[in-house]
Amino acid sequence: MLIYEKSRKGRGCQLLPKCDVEEYTPDKAHLREEAPKLPQVSEVDISRHYSELSRKAHGVNDGFYPLGSCTMKYNPRVNEKTAALAGFTAIHPLQPEHTVQGCLQVLEEGEKALNEITGMDAFTFQPAAGAHGEFTGLLLIKAYHLANGDTQRTKIIVPDSAHGTNPASAVMAGMSVINVDSDQSGCVDVDKLRQLCESEEGKEIAGLMLTNPNTAGLFDPNILEITDIIHSCGGQVYYDGANLNAIMGIARPGDMGFDCVHLNLHKTFSTPHGGGGPGAGPVGCKEHLAGFLPGKVVRKGEDGALHLVKPEKSLGEMKNFYGNFLVVVKALTYIKTLGAEGIRNASENAVLNANYMMAKLRDKYDIAFDTKICMHEFVMDLSRLLKETGVSAMDIAKGLLDHGIHPPTMYFPLTVHEALMVEPTETESRETLDWAIDVFLSLYEKAYSDPEALHRAPETTPVGRLDEVGAARHPVLRFTEE
Amino acid sequence: MGTYVPDTREEQLELLKEAGLSSMDEMFSMVPDNVRLKEKLNLPDGMSEMEVLKEMEKTASKNTAFRSIFRGAGAYNHYIPSMVESVLSKETLQTAYTPYQAEISQGVLQSIFEYQTGICELTGMDVSNASVYDGATAAGEAVAMCRERKKNKAVVSEAVDPGVIETVRTYCYGNEMELVTVPAKDCRTDMDALKEALDDSTACVLIQHPNYYGNLEDAAKIGEAAHDVKAKFIMSVNPFSLGLIKSPAEYGADVAIGDGQPLGLPLAFGGPYLGFMASTDAMKRKLPGRIVGQTVDGEGKKGYVLTLQAREQHIRREKASSNICSNQALCALAVGVYLSSMGSEGLKQAASLSASKAHYMAGELSGLGFKVISDDFFNEFVTESDKDTAVILEALEEKGILGGLPLDKNRILWCCTEMNSKEDIDEAIEIIKEVC
Repeated sequence: MLIYEKSRKGRGCQLLPKCDVEEYTPDKAHLREEAPKLPQVSEVDISRHYSELSRKAHGVNDGFYPLGSCTMKYNPRVNEKTAALAGFTAIHPLQPEHTVQGCLQVLEEGEKALNEITGMDAFTFQPAAGAHGEFTGLLLIKAYHLANGDTQRTKIIVPDSAHGTNPASAVMAGMSVINVDSDQSGCVDVDKLRQLCESEEGKEIAGLMLTNPNTAGLFDPNILEITDIIHSCGGQVYYDGANLNAIMGIARPGDMGFDCVHLNLHKTFSTPHGGGGPGAGPVGCKEHLAGFLPGKVVRKGEDGALHLVKPEKSLGEMKNFYGNFLVVVKALTYIKTLGAEGIRNASENAVLNANYMMAKLRDKYDIAFDTKICMHEFVMDLSRLLKETGVSAMDIAKGLLDHGIHPPTMYFPLTVHEALMVEPTETESRETLDWAIDVFLSLYEKAYSDPEALHRAPETTPVGRLDEVGAARHPVLRFTEE
Repeated sequence: MGTYVPDTREEQLELLKEAGLSSMDEMFSMVPDNVRLKEKLNLPDGMSEMEVLKEMEKTASKNTAFRSIFRGAGAYNHYIPSMVESVLSKETLQTAYTPYQAEISQGVLQSIFEYQTGICELTGMDVSNASVYDGATAAGEAVAMCRERKKNKAVVSEAVDPGVIETVRTYCYGNEMELVTVPAKDCRTDMDALKEALDDSTACVLIQHPNYYGNLEDAAKIGEAAHDVKAKFIMSVNPFSLGLIKSPAEYGADVAIGDGQPLGLPLAFGGPYLGFMASTDAMKRKLPGRIVGQTVDGEGKKGYVLTLQAREQHIRREKASSNICSNQALCALAVGVYLSSMGSEGLKQAASLSASKAHYMAGELSGLGFKVISDDFFNEFVTESDKDTAVILEALEEKGILGGLPLDKNRILWCCTEMNSKEDIDEAIEIIKEVC
């Protein structure tokens, strides 16, 4: 039941004191006459309502969440504690600089750490999410080309395995998209890329967006050649940091030839996803792009104090103020906890857990591109299973729900038909992996023995499969009193 | 070194062996040698939880948390009910991903549906999305959604928050819409200049209400002027004011946006906040971002799903209305809890308290010889005086008070909320009196 349906006239909480000055009433032209119909509920009603909602959800701290490409690692509690310190939460964003030295230190230390992890030279924390970071990175590239007088560079190359946000971000940045196909191994087709870049169109290329390891969990072995091809035709290379969790301390985008990156602090650096935000999508870049960064960066002055400085050729503001600051506090807490060794260790175990699961599942499930080794995630292709049993990737996913496992990412990447993309992350123990493997295998058996049961799944959740077509055809997007 | 890897080193080696791998090195064999990092990352060693906490506490203590705040300008020090923090600390709601699997995400989906209902009630609009990053990005997205073939110009009042204008400018730099700003006269949108800026190519007009200087605008008239050239009327509103002030729908807005921070989110050095976006029914398929809708399962049981997804990037890729995928769900949850805790009466009381205190303070400052430039204002106002703003603000700061925002050498933008008692205001006035 909605909190609005629990409303009873006259109920409420007493939260505020009486007015101790003369009461002001706005002019009639502006006075609201009809009050908004907000819930009238007591404190206990509210408390129980949200406890109930909490019971009808599943977070990574509740259980296994191998949602590929989303890096659902455990969200440490100490991060929440540091981000809740009054010395951070009670600070107004427009206070004088000398009264916010602690906040600036968080941004400065955060920038240094991310520079080191990615091999970049500068970072902005202004972007609020991964997609916002992509948009920022592309505007950086745009600003760079325009400053060089390269007004014709308006095309961005995006592999067909890329996240949907990549092409959408390109359009927001005023660029058109050239899709390039993957080769048979699931990586960038280098020959096709070279052909494209060496053609007449090469002069119009602004750059390339790439995730490495890519969305199939494969590290592109030709990465240096790829970035070289793009640079040779005058383009810039953008690193989508969605999969950074595979390579921290192992390899750095800056050393692979990337010019700028965005990171997802809510994936790689353990900050909670909050049911879909707030995240943080800081963007890092090499020196030649740093002068174009948006917002303000933190730099130490000759007076020894930290200052907010607008980069000289800044492209503007991506949002108000300095980004999702408290998310940065959480990520910095995580980086400090792990340290250099712990960070590498996290990536090693993320890749280890994925390889272990893949090895145990590959006898039954087909692995896309038939790789022997994967990075931090792997993609199963259920096309054969669907053909033989009528059980789809969707059915297996829904079957997992009845076992308390959040399903892998479904039907992505688009290059694999019945895809289930599995990313266990490093924070799952052997027992959890073994149990999940058993569940996956039992569902595989069930697809042959009792496919109907999987078509009916889930049966133990608060609701069954919902009518999405009906929801879109006759949208009910808010509660209205009958 | 802290770690969140549960397995011991021995267990890790067992897993490696069972995966058919001889070493970690072999496991990373896909990464070519010429891009492998040869040295350890140059970062400090890890720390125990206790050490980390201490270090972060030390960093936090380098900030000044003012006991009394008279500064707003886009971030407001309002009372946050205890219930908000309590609900936000529920690990399940905090650590869930975007609700892709509706069957086990009803709690998150329902909370967003309730949030959408609250935003519709506050703004009077027909449809709300599930939120975007903040008020400034909401403005950038709103301008983009109003673009039409042959309508490529956005007209923005300079009485809008400069951070919002600059963000809109960046979004327009990206999508190559033309941006024209209209000057403010006496801290209000200049009507004549606005009308001059409007023509058939105008896609939308964006104003802020109450505006950056705290003033109420002649919003209905501005809306009419926009509609006269078939442009959309976007109002960026302080949602907190809507307990007392007319809704954007009543002024004729096509799109209502704003920053949700005043509704239960801490100042937090500027974020995370939340941007809300609501529109008329006619424009709902142009809204960016997630939207939750009500539906039923196979047995007719009511449930909630992400809907109207044909607008979105994961389906449409380069044809999507925006690249946005995440919203600010946990912040939207905070807003939902806030609105339930306050109720209509509470929100009205809080808005009235804030406005009353601001008008009281303006009167007191006027008594000290400050010229109050604003007149018809909500809870923010601008003063002008011969006295150097820096002197006034430093005197306040010395006593642990954050004064208004200096706009230039002589003008200050003040803000009051329900958090400022008469006693606090009187204290500030006394301090100002001493230096003036």
